[in-house]
Amino acid sequence: MGGKNIKVAKYLDTIFALTGLLLCFLSLGLITVLFIDLFIDGASRLNYKFFTSFPSRFPEKAGILSAWVGSFAVMIVTAISAIPLGVGAGIYLEEYAKRNWFTNLIEINIANLAGVPSIIYGLLALGLFVYILGFGESILTGGLALGLLILPIVITATREAIRAIPQSIREASFACGATRWQTIAHHVLPYSMGGILTGIIIGLSRAIGETAPLITVGALTFIAFLPSPPLTFEFPFISFKWLFDGFTVMPVQIFNWVSRPQKGFHVNAAAASIVLMIMTLLMNGLAIYIRYRFRKRIRW
Amino acid sequence: MVKPELAFFDEIKAEVRNLNFYYGDNKVLQDINLSVARGKITALIGPSGCGKTTFLRCFNRMHDLYPGNRYEGEIILHPDGLNILSPEVDPIKVRMQITMVFQKPNPFPKSIYENVVYGLRIRGINKKSYLDEVVEKSLKSAALWDEVKDRLHKPAYDLSGGQQQRLCIARAIATNPAILLFDEPTSALDPIATAKIEELMIELKRELTIIIVTHNMQQAARVSDYTAFMYLGRIIEFGKTDRIFTNPQEKLTEDYITGRFG
Repeated sequence: MGGKNIKVAKYLDTIFALTGLLLCFLSLGLITVLFIDLFIDGASRLNYKFFTSFPSRFPEKAGILSAWVGSFAVMIVTAISAIPLGVGAGIYLEEYAKRNWFTNLIEINIANLAGVPSIIYGLLALGLFVYILGFGESILTGGLALGLLILPIVITATREAIRAIPQSIREASFACGATRWQTIAHHVLPYSMGGILTGIIIGLSRAIGETAPLITVGALTFIAFLPSPPLTFEFPFISFKWLFDGFTVMPVQIFNWVSRPQKGFHVNAAAASIVLMIMTLLMNGLAIYIRYRFRKRIRW
Repeated sequence: MVKPELAFFDEIKAEVRNLNFYYGDNKVLQDINLSVARGKITALIGPSGCGKTTFLRCFNRMHDLYPGNRYEGEIILHPDGLNILSPEVDPIKVRMQITMVFQKPNPFPKSIYENVVYGLRIRGINKKSYLDEVVEKSLKSAALWDEVKDRLHKPAYDLSGGQQQRLCIARAIATNPAILLFDEPTSALDPIATAKIEELMIELKRELTIIIVTHNMQQAARVSDYTAFMYLGRIIEFGKTDRIFTNPQEKLTEDYITGRFG
């Protein structure tokens, strides 16, 4: 009697495990097929010249130079704006803020911001940075728009990483006579750095694939020049002029090529997609590696 | 309530006067009066929830870390007569003189060396020769030196639970505190590690004053010179440990130490 029940239960167990495995393979398989398909379409264009050429009317001459440089420049602005703000806000909310209606309001807002469609951030950036602050349709505007977009991701990741630190560690630090800031700087931040960095990279890899907000703020689809160099030969040798230059980014370039009728541009789009996907995968891989390294170093 | 009594030859290190403590509107310590003898071990015993840990954490103002907590009354630190509960007194200054060892060993995920010198580093002391000296002295006092002297720069988390707790003691005494607080320091340890910590406490009281919260009555009887029995946020009885355990004056104390409740 009991033996039969156990047999049935084990049978169900096996069925469930197999179903799970199947679904795993299905989702992984889809991504693999997609990637292989892209690769078949675009591999022929993946060469050195593709990375060093500007877009062109002729598909076989066109490249992604301005797109990847633009993506890179925009990411720098995004990182510089979102990381200090997001990490700072996370620290404040976890370590300093008192629980009251105001912090609850902030928390609800952050949770909601994470779900706002990205085009809304584009509209906000268009109104605020382009029209009110007059930054123009520039790298600065694009970077700040994406910075706003990933801010909730960075804040949430920071808070979760900080919350994972046992209270007993903080108390140990306070009991030694440390101030709140010393406790944060010597313990909370170093021990949660793995989680924070992971969150930052996940946020940036989300930002690098965003298209809609950048089109809204006026990313150009055909750019045959590079931003001004950040280093110059005249004093003070550093120039911020590049911040105010027009730009394009990888996904916008892909979007542009896909919407062309010529077959050759579709090949370019596939090749650029491979590059973009590899960039994203590399960033995610880096995030996993960092998390692994820090987990290994710190055990509770 | 039996009046606080110290033997005539003992010197008062800290004096608790009419202490009340509130978590929000909840009064959890009621009218506590107690004298802590210098160079002795004072044990706080009582059933769970009687407020002994809450009381202990008043001594280093740990309650200041959380909102809604409020003290009334005084804890006077002798010989300078400082009221450590006074709002004008910076809790950080208090914690520099009165350090604490917690229930669960809580070393920092840093090296053994960095754990011991942390209290000095935050005071801005970074001279290597001096730090080396303090590390050796503190670890020797904590009876850990021989076990770790060859791996001072290895992670503290590689140590066993008992060693970690002795490391926490070394960290707590490295800054030369006046009073050392122990919050059930052996409840997470095995009997051998416990015996080591108890021996260590008896060694340490030559240099400093110790207050210990313990669940374990045998431990209080073994290590302490004075014992306070607490119940429902009050001190029911206080006196020499041997007197409390052999001849309790209060019915509640007797019931507790004979195991009739708690």
